[in-house]
Amino acid sequence: MASNGSDVRPAGPRTPLRATADNALKIVVVGGFGVGKTTLVGSVSEIRPLNTEEVMTKAGEGIDPAGAWGKRSTTVAFDFGRITLSERQVLYLFGAPGQERFWFLWDRLFSGALGAVVLVDTRRLEDSWYAIDRLEHHGTPFIVARNNFGEPGHTLEQVREALDLPAEVPLVDCDARDRESGKRVLIALVHHLAALAGADEAALSVGAVPGVGAVPGADAAPGTEAAPGVGAVPASQVPPAEEPAPEEARTAIYEESTP
Amino acid sequence: MNAGPVLPGRDDDPDRLYTITRGRSRAPENAFDLVTLIVAERPPVPGMQSEHARILRMCEAPTAVVEVAAELALPVSVVKILLADLLESGAVTARHPRFAPNKARLPDLDTLKQVLHGLQRL
Repeated sequence: MASNGSDVRPAGPRTPLRATADNALKIVVVGGFGVGKTTLVGSVSEIRPLNTEEVMTKAGEGIDPAGAWGKRSTTVAFDFGRITLSERQVLYLFGAPGQERFWFLWDRLFSGALGAVVLVDTRRLEDSWYAIDRLEHHGTPFIVARNNFGEPGHTLEQVREALDLPAEVPLVDCDARDRESGKRVLIALVHHLAALAGADEAALSVGAVPGVGAVPGADAAPGTEAAPGVGAVPASQVPPAEEPAPEEARTAIYEESTP
Repeated sequence: MNAGPVLPGRDDDPDRLYTITRGRSRAPENAFDLVTLIVAERPPVPGMQSEHARILRMCEAPTAVVEVAAELALPVSVVKILLADLLESGAVTARHPRFAPNKARLPDLDTLKQVLHGLQRL
């Protein structure tokens, strides 16, 4: 086992968290090799991205219960960065490989994550299929971000089609190297989560009305029943329309149900 | 190991990890999340296992489990075992993530608002 050159970490001082920090949250960036996960994490992180690893057995059942750290185990590496949100809250961003064996560790590492960003490279879209499938399977809310390397040969609609991405999953463009762009990706994810959560809440509060809460899908008739709620939201409260049109109805419901 | 690293690390042989953990392979189930914040409650004492001492120095300010792992260049599960020792002896305390996903795995709106505000200030 030779030492791995990419593991070299600076011996420099760490940037400690505030003493008041008491609650950490997780967002995971998933993507294939070389798609720019670490770049995205690094562009928004307040620390230089760090690398660490977890051990799993080849059988994929966590650590060998026999106590051997050895032959039957293999490791999966991942990167992370962090963003201090407030006096007490800190957000950790993880860059995780989309490779198959990694998903054996997903629950152990990333259960409780707020959500995920699937970072895709249009030259290797097939690398993302598995990740999207797994996230859906795990029930982790996610958005997809196309890392735009400058020569977009495809429209986002074409990307959506190629990924067979449901209409309700936001798809955004980004430049992973750019802090503002990375920030917009994360904000898009939070808007998506809010829309999902809002829809659920609305469903609870209007549970007596059949149809409204039961059809959160984008193309499920947002007709007569949903319309009053949407109309009740003052135009000034409608969030920036970065999301595709189908998002608006649910976002509006969320806004309405928020004090 | 050819480079003779000072720190025990991911490139270490299994025997070394076995030694660090004194043969244990599992921390108590769910004792720590990846982002549980660890806070040292007292300074290291002489004779302490060196990894324990390093953790205590590192965690003078709250430090996430995953940062401890990266800093020590040890697998997360190994670090959890070491942290469990320190927690048991009262040398550290743990600030667990408060967000527990509901059935639909969705965070509450309050949390989301705070995340949003934090991101917008970036």
